[in-house]
This record gives sequence, C-alpha cells and structure tokens, in this order.
Amino acid sequence: MSARRYTEDHEWVLLEGGTASIGISDHAQEQLGDVVYVELPEEGVKFAEGDQAATVESVKAASEIYAPVAGEVVEVNGALSDDPSLVNSDPFGNGWFFKIKIADADAVAKLMDENAYKEYVESLQ
Amino acid sequence: MSQSGNQSGELKQTPLNALHRELGGRMVPFAGYEMPVQYPQGIIKEHQHTRAAAGLFDVSHMGQVRLAGASGGAAAALERLVPIDVIGLAEGRQRYALFTNEHGGILDDLMITNAGDHLFLVVNGACKEQDLAHLRDHLSDDCAIEPLHEHALLALQGPQAAAVLGRLAPGLADLVFMTAARVEIAGADCFVSRSGYTGEDGFEISVPAARAEALARRLLAEPEVAPVGLGARDSLRLEAGLCLYGHDMDAETTPVEASLTWALSKARRRDGARPGGYLGAEAVMDQLAHGVARRRVGIRPEGRAPLREGVELIDEDGRALGRITSGGFGPTTGAPVAMGYIETAWAQPGTKLGASLRGKVHPVEVAKLPFVPQRYYRG
Repeated sequence: MSARRYTEDHEWVLLEGGTASIGISDHAQEQLGDVVYVELPEEGVKFAEGDQAATVESVKAASEIYAPVAGEVVEVNGALSDDPSLVNSDPFGNGWFFKIKIADADAVAKLMDENAYKEYVESLQ
Repeated sequence: MSQSGNQSGELKQTPLNALHRELGGRMVPFAGYEMPVQYPQGIIKEHQHTRAAAGLFDVSHMGQVRLAGASGGAAAALERLVPIDVIGLAEGRQRYALFTNEHGGILDDLMITNAGDHLFLVVNGACKEQDLAHLRDHLSDDCAIEPLHEHALLALQGPQAAAVLGRLAPGLADLVFMTAARVEIAGADCFVSRSGYTGEDGFEISVPAARAEALARRLLAEPEVAPVGLGARDSLRLEAGLCLYGHDMDAETTPVEASLTWALSKARRRDGARPGGYLGAEAVMDQLAHGVARRRVGIRPEGRAPLREGVELIDEDGRALGRITSGGFGPTTGAPVAMGYIETAWAQPGTKLGASLRGKVHPVEVAKLPFVPQRYYRG
C-alpha cells in the first residue's frame, strides 16, 4: 500500500526522507475538470499548516490549495506552467505541485491513509 | 416542462433531465434548474467539438413566450419595452433585443421573432419570471401573453449543424442567420431559428416537451453531433464576445455602456421614424448623443492565468479603471480571455492595463471583440 496521505481538501502528501511532495487527488482533478493554470508558491517560502499555498484554475473556477503540513517550499513543478493538464492526466505523478521540507514528520502520519481517504470520498457521494 | 419545483430551493428539471444523466452529465443548479455543466468528454473537448462539428445543447431553462394581438398590435405594444424596430420585423425574421427600465438599464436580453400570427420571444432562464411580470404589467391590455411552459429548447451549434439538420428537415439548410421557420423534424412540430450563443453557425429548436427527448436522441445519433454542457456554452459565448445577463450587463448598465449600440434600431433613434417611446429612451438617447463614462470591452490577459469576474483593472499607478465581468480560459484561443467595463478613455483596443489578482498585477490589453471570428450563415 502506498505511503501517500490525504487531507479532507483532497490534497495528497508523499513523504520521502524529510521532504513531502504535494498534489491533488484523482478525485479532486475529476471534480475540477480541465485544469488550465496552476499558480505555484515560490521556493523558499515557509508555510504553516493550512496556509494558502497554490491556486488551481479549471475552465470553470479557481480553487485554493492549502499547505497540508508546515514547512519550507524547496521545489515547485515548473512543468505545470507549460502543461497544466498534467494535473488531470497524471495527478499522482507528473502532476505534483510542490515539495516541502517538513518540520514535523508526525504531522504527515496524522493525515488520512489511502483507505481512510477512499472511505471519506465515498461518504461525500 | 416540469414545473413541479417551484418552491425555493427545489430545482426544476428540463424534459431532457433523464437523457443528461444517461449521457453522464454532471448536473448543477443553474437558473433554478438542474442542468448539465459538462459530460464525460469535459468542457474543453465539448467546446472544440462545437467549433469543429456540431454540439447539442439543452437550453430549455430559457423562457419562451408568445405575444399575440389583433392586426399586429403585439409589435407596437412590445416596442414600448425595447429600443428595437419590432413593427418593421418581417415575418420569419428574428432580432436581438433588450428590455430596458426607466433609467435605460438592461432588464434582460432576448430574441424576438415574427412568427406570423404572433411574436415569439426567448428570454433568459434566470429572468423569465420577472420578464413575464414585466410583459403583463405593460402589455396585458394590448396582447395575449402566453409562456410556453410545455416546450423545450434545443440548440444545435457548429459548422456541421446545417448538414445534420438538412438531412432531417430539407429546407432548413437554406435558412439564413436570424430567420426562422416552422418545420417538422423527426415527427415533431418545431419552430426553428438560425441563431445561437456560440459565435458559430447553428440553430435553436423550440419543440413540444413530450417530443424533446426523442428529437435530442435523433440528433445525437448523427455522427457529427455530441452533447455539450453549460461550461462549454459559457466559454463559447465568451470567445464570441456575447454578453451574459447578470454578469456583463444588468439593470445598472445601459445598452450604450454595454457596447450594444449596434442593437439599437435606427427607427427608434432620435432621427428615426419612431424615435424613443420605450422605457428609459431619454437616458439612452442622451448617451448616444453625448457618450458614456465607461463601456464594455474585450480584455486579453498576457499571461496564462484566467482573470475572472470581479478582478479589478488598474493603471500603472494602481488606480481602479474598471472591472472584469466575465473571464476564463478560451479553448479555441488557447489562452485566457475576458470582458469587462473600463473608463471610456482607456477603452481603445491595444490599451495596456493591469489586473490585480491574488496580490499580483497581471498585464492585460484591451482587445477587439469577438476573440474568435463569428461564422454565421448569411446565404
């Protein structure tokens, strides 16, 4: 089972070493529809948990992405500037948003795991 | 059409509701109805399909109204509410119109067709109840006002729409832009106009509710036709530079401010055959003569970020010059597109402005409308 964790706002977090990759779930991209623009944070910015970190624009609307865990942005996915539709086609892979050097690894462990998120999404239907 | 959901909060359904669900439509509330915002193809593909082939839209939420009066009395009566030449509208002809209020503000935009023994009106879904009340208030003594609750409205839009409809109803392919005819399509008695809201060639088909689903299925069976939802309808009309009521115009906006001067008939202007005589005529004619302080323009963002309704337009010192009223991503232009209101001194195409979004200033340029050339069939 994947070590990927999820928030109730449909972000995913994948912790590797002390760095967490962050993106949005397949369910989220499906709900948004065609993504046409992603505004990413700047490298070096520090977020507290729950800070507004990025904006994803679909044809219909803009949605905010919140930092699922606290930390410092160490890398952003520049490929999304040229091809924002990667968020639709590969949300868990090439459609990642940014990476955070996290302050507290336990914060990730507190998020929902794959099964809990799956149940959460089903409860929304 | 189902009228069961009149209580506030309860959504009405069009006669195609079951079909939308069968097609995988994602249903959302719109103008008091449950409507498909998109189908599984998605908004961008539906948009592109309409520009390349033919898209089928359910626009049954819109209001359809018949006005009938003795010896053409309905046309003269309706002229009291619109700055449009209705008396001079020949049988089978259609004209774009606006209901104005006493200040010249726009109450709704609509299509008027001379259907021979009556005038056929199509008004916005979100405005139809107040439009009906407005018509009854002002015209009840002069004509019969009949809302067509039991009719659906389908739009078939795109460069292959004429080939499709011509196959089902010979003669429809010869209809030119802004004309209409009563025809039988797949056994249904329809009133068809060559018009639409996408900038493409196309048709709007008024059909009895009981026949609507069969007609939609018949059209969808043609290889060129795919269902298209409200999301693509919005991006198509935006690229075509067409106004959305309640966003790009409202009761506080006049036709001159809305850059709809072209829609004001010559016969109703100060030097015309029947000058004024509609609600707000003094205000509108004064603006025609002396100009307006702000008006609607196209806005082309230079970056990739879509700039949407409410975004402020500013000069280089940060002074507010206006506001975006509709905006988003244009799938055909491949870039964001928008329209909005701006102080007249800044309204020339090519003028550089800024737009403030989420704390950043994005460069934009005033642009000519439409963003995508209109491709109407004029014979």
